[in-house]
Amino acid sequence: MAGKKDKVNDFVVRFANVNGTGSASANFLFTKAIFRMGIPVTPKNIFPSNIQGLPTWYEVRVSEKGYLGRREGIDLLVAVNPQSMMNDVKSVRTGGYFLYDSSKKLHAEYIREDINYIGIPLMQMCNEAYSDARQRQLFKNIIYVGALAALLDIEFSVLEGLLADQFKGKEKLIPMNVKALQMGVDYIHKNFKYPLEIRLERRDLIGDAIMIDGNSACGLGAVYAGATVVAWYPITPSTSVVEAFGNYADEFRVDKETGKNNVAIIQAEDELAAIGMVIGANWNGARSFTATSGPGLSLMNEFLGLAYFAEVPAVLVDVQRSGPSTGMPTRTQQSDVLEAAYASHGDTKHVLLFPSTPKECFDMMADSFDFAELLQTPVILMTDLDLGMNDHISQPFAWDDKREYNRGKVLNAADLEKIEKFGRYLDVDGDGITYRTYPGTHPTKGSFFTRGTSRDEYATYTEDSDAYHRNMDRLIKKWNTAKEIVSPPQVYQEKNNSKNGILFFGTSQYAAEEAMDLLKEEKVIVDAIRIRAFPFNKTVEDFINSHDKIFVIEQNRDAQMKSLLMIELGINPEKLISVLNYDGLPITAENIIKQITGNLNHKFKILDAKN
Amino acid sequence: MTYLRPKFRHPELPKNKLGYSVDKYEGALSTLCAGCGHDSISAGIIQAAFELNIEPHKLAKLSGIGCSSKTPAYFLSNSHGFNSVHGRMPSVATGAAMANRDLTYFGVSGDGDTASIGMGQFVHVVRRNLNMTYIVMNNGCYGLTKGQDSATADRGSKNKSGEVNLFQSIDLASLAIELGATFVAQSFSGDKSQLVPLIKAAMSHPGFAFINVISPCVTFNNNLGSTKSYDFVREHVEATATIDFVPEMKEITANYEKGSSKEVKLHDGSYIQLKKLAEGWDPLDRLSAMNAVQNARAKNEILTGLLYMNPNSVDLHELIETSNKPLNSLKKSDLCPGSEALKAVNAGLR
Repeated sequence: MAGKKDKVNDFVVRFANVNGTGSASANFLFTKAIFRMGIPVTPKNIFPSNIQGLPTWYEVRVSEKGYLGRREGIDLLVAVNPQSMMNDVKSVRTGGYFLYDSSKKLHAEYIREDINYIGIPLMQMCNEAYSDARQRQLFKNIIYVGALAALLDIEFSVLEGLLADQFKGKEKLIPMNVKALQMGVDYIHKNFKYPLEIRLERRDLIGDAIMIDGNSACGLGAVYAGATVVAWYPITPSTSVVEAFGNYADEFRVDKETGKNNVAIIQAEDELAAIGMVIGANWNGARSFTATSGPGLSLMNEFLGLAYFAEVPAVLVDVQRSGPSTGMPTRTQQSDVLEAAYASHGDTKHVLLFPSTPKECFDMMADSFDFAELLQTPVILMTDLDLGMNDHISQPFAWDDKREYNRGKVLNAADLEKIEKFGRYLDVDGDGITYRTYPGTHPTKGSFFTRGTSRDEYATYTEDSDAYHRNMDRLIKKWNTAKEIVSPPQVYQEKNNSKNGILFFGTSQYAAEEAMDLLKEEKVIVDAIRIRAFPFNKTVEDFINSHDKIFVIEQNRDAQMKSLLMIELGINPEKLISVLNYDGLPITAENIIKQITGNLNHKFKILDAKN
Repeated sequence: MTYLRPKFRHPELPKNKLGYSVDKYEGALSTLCAGCGHDSISAGIIQAAFELNIEPHKLAKLSGIGCSSKTPAYFLSNSHGFNSVHGRMPSVATGAAMANRDLTYFGVSGDGDTASIGMGQFVHVVRRNLNMTYIVMNNGCYGLTKGQDSATADRGSKNKSGEVNLFQSIDLASLAIELGATFVAQSFSGDKSQLVPLIKAAMSHPGFAFINVISPCVTFNNNLGSTKSYDFVREHVEATATIDFVPEMKEITANYEKGSSKEVKLHDGSYIQLKKLAEGWDPLDRLSAMNAVQNARAKNEILTGLLYMNPNSVDLHELIETSNKPLNSLKKSDLCPGSEALKAVNAGLR
């Protein structure tokens, strides 16, 4: 075990709650307080597909070093759910703490000799202080936050400040909450030694960072990008993308003069209709998107093929969850990579973007509309449940007011007057991207028929083999053009330092960067690249070609990114070593290190020391 | 069928108010079978758009998949068209209509496209009262795949190979009324004098306007024993009334017996004049329309004409209060909150 000194600003607290009991806001209060004390912190919701009654966990990692991935090993468990208590007791690391409701005596089977118990009679305290049943339940959560404040040295004034923010406009609720916090603090002061050796100390490590979930960031990005038509069908974990969009639209998109909405949000009858509406709106010159998850993406396949072939822009957010089928709908995964890349029958390929942070969700959401319109094709933003639904510390959002929306090659009436014959699928510029017109542009020029059937350069239906062939080849030319347009990868070193490289994308970034750091401490040096888009550009190809071994880190069973690299870049499969995680929980640095060092036959000291 | 159409048009072809002759509203040459009912409907659409003085480029025509869905290529070639995927035209039309409320949306579908694969989208576009005209060219069979029964084939109807349909048919007009459609009509492809005013009225209706047109398939469903053959339909058609679409209110000159004629005013000042009304039927009363359709079905009759309309229709744009300006015309200055607002957002997240 690491020494006592190391435990300042470096521990994991896990809350074991019952779903639907108001624990989420209390737990968030705890996290946000640490954030406001200037200390890096990352919370993960581990929740069931249920509205009320099933066990739910909230895991908070505090890391002075700024490691924001999940970490195994629980230092303090807050147990307020009898249903899961046996497993909760087992999950605490040796020497760790188990905080429980001591209103009833803890049964002998829950007693472990190697952990410390902190009993607080939460229920009893609530029953004495409150008469209303709902209050008893809600304030129980606030009392344990108060107790944690005393045990871990959370500054009380920070908690008070957060409550003041939370109840702005409902100020009379503040004293009640402060009182409940104080009850928790007082109980610890009276009955326990405090603070614990795992504790917090104020730092200045947050800077101007913000804390937000990726789905909200996507919604906000779409508002900034000028999306006006949004069609969607509710599905976990993507629902809050459109909800956030709607909330921001209420704030920013109501016309001040008329009170009318500069946006249309349609809840569709299913995902097929949602993507159909998005395609119809984009075809008609509006920026439009939908958000979904794996099952919805499966349903959208046919339409995505149409948009690819008919060359209609579309933006889709896929907040990935654990599949296949309904899978584990409230657990994270990166398992739609192949499904999204090649969605639909026939020869199709789609542009994918892989954000890692809320800031990147915002930026890539805005970029995806530019890319979709530049390339006249669907763009799929591949986020996941971890990024989408958990709060993350992120660089603040930024917007350059000089930035214009890039609407791509669209001809207006004046343009049409200048050309003799408009060819919707005529490659005038030689980059595979042709010119389009919106309906209603010109009385006699520029109209064309959009269809999923083959056609010639002038959009006239044809089953002529040569015309079909020319068109399919032009689409590949466009695909190659896309490689230089989409987001380039992040390369971690100016020149190679090692024969070995790691490659990752999306939310694996957090654990991968931590793993790199820890490996470096052991003198195991690896180069790194983070994929941010598909199609892959030359930088990705060069990175792989200039290393002997590439560890491809991804959160699915079938090594989907590895397959995509093999297929698209013709990489020798033996060169690509998979580092996989597919238990539905966010990948950890420890897991990555184990798999990498196992392959390199390196005995990893830090891990051995930990275990 | 002909493979060539002369480009020459008589120089004195009548012109509409826009100065366009009817050829401005034509499309490519049809590739459907000679005698197909769908071609008559296309001709009706051309005539209606011409008479309504619609700017062809201010109309968008959309369809799904099937013989009927091919027809938008055969009318209004100066309009943008979208031949989408099977059964999914309503969603594409919904997105398009949301993007630009200033265009006229004209959807064409078939009985397979609407009553089977597209049933889900059909019922939901009705619910939302999208401002569009939706025509089903209904022939009771799948033409492009060579004549299988569709869901609108009547029970007991015999197809070309002599097989009798065992299953209940879906009556799209009844369904549309039931679902709250604000304009429902039924017609027959062989009755252009009824079809053209109905299409004009539908296109003038501010909301979802549905026309179910019985349109016999000459190749696969025109046989003896079929209830969608030309002969059968001609024998069993029962009109609710004769219909005239009058572009603007003018003095009504003809005299009809009290109770047998009705004028329905539309929001743009035009109105529909119905004469020789069927007994016990009021086109503004949903219950009487439902009764009339059910009574006709019970008598094995196909009730045609305007069945029901709600002159106070509130369309989707009004329901969700979208901007009066088309959404696709809004600029960055209307849409993007800018960097200062983002600073405030950031501040709220610390």
